[in-house]
Amino acid sequence: MDIKRGAVSGTLESSDVQVTIEPAANGIWLELSSSVMNQYSRQIRQVVLNTLSNLGVERANVTVVDRGALDSTIKARVECAVFRASEWEGAIPWQGLVK
Amino acid sequence: MAGTCEVTSDPKKRLRRTMLFLNAQRPSLMKDAYIYGPDSVILDLEDAVSENQKDAARFSLYNNLRSIDYGTVERIVRINGLDTPHWPEDVRASVAGGADGIRIPKCERACDVKRIEAAIEDAEREFSREPGCTLIMAAIESPRGVLNALDICESSERLFGVAISGGDFRAAMRTKYYPSGVEMASARGNVLLAARAAGVQCFDTVFTNLDDMDGFRAEVIMNREMGFDGKSIVNPRQIAIVHEIFTPTDKEIREALRVVRALRQNADEGVGVFLVDGKMIDAAFLSGAEHTIALARASGVLGEAL
Amino acid sequence: MKNAVGRDIPDFLLQGGREVFQGNNYKDGAIYTKPGPTVRAAVKPEESKILPSIRDAIELCGLKDGMTVSFHHHFRDGDYVVNMVVREIESLGIKDITIAASSLGDAHDPLAAMIESGVVTGIQTSGIRGKIGDAVSNGKLKGRAILRSHGGRVRAIEQGELHIDVAFIGAPTSDEYGNARGKGGKSDCGVLSYSVADAKYADHVVVITDTLVPFPNLPPSIDGVDVDYVVVVDEIGDPKKIASQALRMTQDPRNLMMAENCARVMAATPYFKDGFSFQTGAGGPSLAVNRFLESIMTERGIKMRWALGGITKPTVDLLNKGLINCVADTQDFDVASVQSVHSTPGHYEISTSQYANPVNKGAFVNKLDFVILAALEIDVDFNVNVVTGSDGVLRGAPGGHPDAAGGAKCTIIVAPLVRGRIPTVCDRVVTVTTPGESIDVLVTDYGIAVNPSRPDLADALVSAGIPLVTIRDLKMKAYSIVGTPDDVEFDDRIVAVMEARDGTILDVVRQVKKFDLDISDAGVFDFKIV
Repeated sequence: MDIKRGAVSGTLESSDVQVTIEPAANGIWLELSSSVMNQYSRQIRQVVLNTLSNLGVERANVTVVDRGALDSTIKARVECAVFRASEWEGAIPWQGLVK
Repeated sequence: MAGTCEVTSDPKKRLRRTMLFLNAQRPSLMKDAYIYGPDSVILDLEDAVSENQKDAARFSLYNNLRSIDYGTVERIVRINGLDTPHWPEDVRASVAGGADGIRIPKCERACDVKRIEAAIEDAEREFSREPGCTLIMAAIESPRGVLNALDICESSERLFGVAISGGDFRAAMRTKYYPSGVEMASARGNVLLAARAAGVQCFDTVFTNLDDMDGFRAEVIMNREMGFDGKSIVNPRQIAIVHEIFTPTDKEIREALRVVRALRQNADEGVGVFLVDGKMIDAAFLSGAEHTIALARASGVLGEAL
Repeated sequence: MKNAVGRDIPDFLLQGGREVFQGNNYKDGAIYTKPGPTVRAAVKPEESKILPSIRDAIELCGLKDGMTVSFHHHFRDGDYVVNMVVREIESLGIKDITIAASSLGDAHDPLAAMIESGVVTGIQTSGIRGKIGDAVSNGKLKGRAILRSHGGRVRAIEQGELHIDVAFIGAPTSDEYGNARGKGGKSDCGVLSYSVADAKYADHVVVITDTLVPFPNLPPSIDGVDVDYVVVVDEIGDPKKIASQALRMTQDPRNLMMAENCARVMAATPYFKDGFSFQTGAGGPSLAVNRFLESIMTERGIKMRWALGGITKPTVDLLNKGLINCVADTQDFDVASVQSVHSTPGHYEISTSQYANPVNKGAFVNKLDFVILAALEIDVDFNVNVVTGSDGVLRGAPGGHPDAAGGAKCTIIVAPLVRGRIPTVCDRVVTVTTPGESIDVLVTDYGIAVNPSRPDLADALVSAGIPLVTIRDLKMKAYSIVGTPDDVEFDDRIVAVMEARDGTILDVVRQVKKFDLDISDAGVFDFKIV
């Protein structure tokens, strides 16, 4: 999926994560901060990268501000931000691009 | 005792004393509300979610349904109304995620249910779900809905019950909440009659004032006395009260057990009408007695009464 | 050398007779001599103890580089005394001071700068948090901090391991002769329990008050016979932060559910009978237990003989309703408890030695039936951490946790299975503050586990119809929700020693490592940590 504009999803509430996606010339640039950095940053990073990969995003600036979200929430917020940023119209490909 | 009566395996008839609303946009609420032990949760895409977050809530909902184990707690999704552009995608996300059922808000006519039913059928095909596995409940929120309640209750094989929603109804009737419940009497009476006539379940409206637990308790007692199956609730603190009030007493359970036993025994012997504890009993008492036993079992008091 | 909770204690810490933790009752029967302070005779009847300033008191006590000064924490986050005194010490050019406080809190953030500048090079305390916690965890303190429980601190004083050169005791009221009380004045904190041992064992004792009352100030918590000087200042604390207004009972459904289950657990044990004794923490779920307890007590027609420890309104209410016979008070958390102590019949002040010193001959905690406590972490061996956060930084206090847990017949930990994404129930706690042998039951929002060392309690709970799970099941459930956490990484340097109640070494706290995420497998991705 192509990132056409900047988009945000999620909040800064406890147990949530705010994901900001912006267009980039090439590659994935990921900026991560988390309230559970020491114990979970590797897993958070993996979930973000896997989700982007599943969605076929190859170029994006991604900022993740995590407040202790579970993996399923991180995935949901990344997906929403990508669909917004790609200006997707029409039915969402549940069980397809959205694993 | 085991085997003398069975908890129904028909998902349409499962116990639904408490249906707890959860905002599908709030991860902190959705992640483990099952620990409070409601019979059902209603993951809300409608009123709890602001207009510009409808898409985000769907992604949360879908991932929540796919990844979080709610155990035996039923997962219903309240979709957006038929007067919005959101409901078709809501239905797709719910079915794709594997929701147990869909709650249709502001239902006014049987054809409202039919439209959602058709969308569910399409989605079940699209996402390879077992046909018919997604149930429906309709929320009746207007005078027209109340008047059409029987049609609505009989509109779909998938429909397991109807819920009354008091907020819009009170406004339409130009009244407000009163502790006596008199302002809801017309809706409660009519919808309950329709549900019983159609053989589906009926749930009362939410009680939103969390500071008035006595008022809540009084309303739940009235609900049970009227014959409701359960209640929509807004906070886990309300669960224990509803379950306590809907829990049959020892005396009620013992009576029900005697009725079921006697009915089975007499049916084997070809007797139709007989006496239990001096009361005339026939086959019409069976479903009520079985319901009492199922309630007792769900409340964990069946063993104590034996 | 590995200790009884499986922690490896480096040999260099075990010099001079120091030992590793070898179980709660290891020191039973040990013979020791109590140390006597070196004091000055104050013979002349006409001599006044009143000094014009804290500075004068420091000078007259002869405070020098390398000495130890002590404080109490009855003023909690409203305390002004520690900062006032240390500021004067700094301005006198004295350095290398050890602060021996019963606890330190957010009010003492200014000490972090004193640690950096070398005015303070030693800390011995129960609580360590905020900027002090950051400074110590980042290796800024020249010496090693010593963390002790409340009972352990008094033990260290009464066994001569902690020698106090000058005790500075903030007192809501004092007379000119140093008879000081926690009660009255404008900075009312109810009791002065934590300071009693300081006054008895320090070489010099300075009472600092903002309310001088006529002699004699009876009954005194701090006896004038032990006091060298009295300094009157404008304010010793912020009353609003000393005693909280009524703590609102939690409405959080999770806390209420855990509290109700905790009360059910208590009621299912053989200890729950007329005349039982009880202590509870001031946290949300622990506090809420009182509410559910009251209805069970009323229903069964039983009363509590006595309640112990830090006191809050719910306990005072039960006392006033006649459901508790008496309260043995060591600290007051709110206005209701401050007002009640010494005024409500049956509400008494006791010293911290009476409360919890494990090597004296009459600690109240030993007579407790129940204590309800919280935990930041609890591991599969029931070891509890209440002192380090999930990032390894010091931000808590053992307080009376290890003492009450060690003494009570039934110790119940109430804690949510996970907080945000951090699992409370885990494989291995970051720091052991209370050994698992002291813990009997864990009540979480996902189930109740009983320590395998207490099959009698497990039987009692099961026969009362309370379903049990194992603590390993709970840990697995936690990890299935939040994922298995990576271990927190530390540098080698030991910045604090966590003492067991008896003075043996329970655990060590190491300097935190600057967090560094290995990005070698990032491939085409560029990766940056903020």
